[in-house]
Amino acid sequence: MCNPNAKLLDNLFDAAPVASTRDGFGEALLALGESNKDVVVVCADLAESTRVLPFKEKYPNRYVEVGVAEQNLAGVAAGLAAYGKIPFIASYATFSPGRNNEQIRTAISLNNVPVKVCGMHAGVSVGPDGATHQALEDIALMRVQPNMTVISPCDAEEARKATLAAAAYDGPVYLRFSREKSNGITTTETPFAIGKAQVLWAGEQPQVAVFATGPLVFAALAAAKQVEGECSVSIINIATIKPLDREAIITAATQTGAVVTVEEHQIAGGLGSAIAELLAETHPVPVEFVGMRDQFGQSGTPEELLRHYHMDAASIARAIQKVYTRKTTTV
Amino acid sequence: MSMLGEARVREIEAKAEAIRETIIEMLTAAGSGHTAGPMGMADIFAALYFHILKHNPLNPEWDERDRLFLSNGHTVPVRYAAMAHAGYFPLTECLTLRKFGSRLQGHPERLRLPGLESTSGPLGEGLSQAAGYALGARMDGKRFRVFCMMSDGEQDAGNIWEAAMFAGNNKLSNLTAIIDRNNIQIGGLTESVMPLENLRQKYEAFNWHVLEVDGHDIAQIVEAVETARAIVERPTVIIARTIPGKGIKEMEYDYLWHGKSPTKDEAKRFLNELRTLGGTITSEHQ
Repeated sequence: MCNPNAKLLDNLFDAAPVASTRDGFGEALLALGESNKDVVVVCADLAESTRVLPFKEKYPNRYVEVGVAEQNLAGVAAGLAAYGKIPFIASYATFSPGRNNEQIRTAISLNNVPVKVCGMHAGVSVGPDGATHQALEDIALMRVQPNMTVISPCDAEEARKATLAAAAYDGPVYLRFSREKSNGITTTETPFAIGKAQVLWAGEQPQVAVFATGPLVFAALAAAKQVEGECSVSIINIATIKPLDREAIITAATQTGAVVTVEEHQIAGGLGSAIAELLAETHPVPVEFVGMRDQFGQSGTPEELLRHYHMDAASIARAIQKVYTRKTTTV
Repeated sequence: MSMLGEARVREIEAKAEAIRETIIEMLTAAGSGHTAGPMGMADIFAALYFHILKHNPLNPEWDERDRLFLSNGHTVPVRYAAMAHAGYFPLTECLTLRKFGSRLQGHPERLRLPGLESTSGPLGEGLSQAAGYALGARMDGKRFRVFCMMSDGEQDAGNIWEAAMFAGNNKLSNLTAIIDRNNIQIGGLTESVMPLENLRQKYEAFNWHVLEVDGHDIAQIVEAVETARAIVERPTVIIARTIPGKGIKEMEYDYLWHGKSPTKDEAKRFLNELRTLGGTITSEHQ
């Protein structure tokens, strides 16, 4: 059952998707325009699709256009931040932090200035645009940089809260957003804090802990429902991939003795790797990874692609069953 | 230059000579590093730290200071030496260059040493940061100026031209870039590695005001910066023609000195050459 303390949407399994995480980002930026005069937006000719257009229209003097120039995007933002502004830089994640990775490393992370790198179009659910525009390595690129915080919100509402929190946080932050409308999960009442994991589904005496991030958290919840009766699970939303909520993760792994990780990202270097690194050092348990297995995506509908690459609810349910079997046969 | 008297020019030239000696000493102690670029830029840095920049060595974070971005971070020994001579830290600290625990990292890190405006080394990035800084300052009506020192070799980088387009489009007249046009880069002459000319026309096409000076003529450097202050609606780039390795005859123009430091024997010979003005006077330090 859903954890009542998480104050999730009522009947969340019955509602249709209404907004994407990038929509929540755009909404938060507008609010920040009003509440924080130091917030500036820097964009690389993608104002509409990164959802910064309303900010641009309302606060033209705090909107900076660099054109199709992502290296300059990172550098200009680093300069603005060194001066004292709080720049949000918006592009597709394949380009930023993809193309401009070294500029982010040197001018933002090593320099430790509070630039908020906002990567859109994460994951295969970008759909028809195909592999070139489906970011599957951005978490890996960002979480290996010291000083960088990495946040991957699960729905539009959490994206809104994460954006507000990033503005208030004095340091570099990577925010990961998706193109596709996804199911709502959280409400304005749901607590959010950078660095805090959250139990969204609390099975009784859970036998498997599922750590999920991004819109696939909904698929993980659906999987928990599917396996209800055969296997009791907890679903934990890892919105902050770096720094990890070590205590929450170790507690859940200790309690269950079996773990599944879920992300729309390469397994190498992403959430699954981060969890495995932590648990290998602290509390080793069997882990099953749901994510991309060293492949690029392709054109298709988000549903087709998530099914094809085994990141849909059915695949998560299989991973839950598999890790449960591993746990019970190895003990 | 009319505003700068002969005596003042001589004083700044003397600072440049002192900076050159310090560069040789610190690079020799470090045992690695880049020599030709810093030696060639000593006159420009003497002019910056002893005449042009509004700054306060005792208060490096002074809000009204001019900001100097060093994009070609590998030439930082010239900046460290100029800062030490200006009083930011003791001259002896220069000998910690590139050593464990030193504030004087091999490539400059803003957070380690007060007075640096950016962390740099990977080429082609400084102009973007200087432009972003200048834009932020203009948003708030700040009066200080932003300078960005670049090498010619790093003009190969696409990032430079993204930044040049951006600064031109935004009419960042509070930004002055200086290119150390010494014609060498690590693998040879710039015009053989990747020809840059016509550099003037390229920047003009990007809506910059372009000035060219002899980078060893203090009066010309100062005058160009003054001219840049008066230019509105455009950023200015000063192409400063310099001699790599300036001051040491066997180093001058030799690209092999781009990326190496002097041995102890070479340093002895070089310091003697610097202190005797090429053998024309007797040095007390020998």
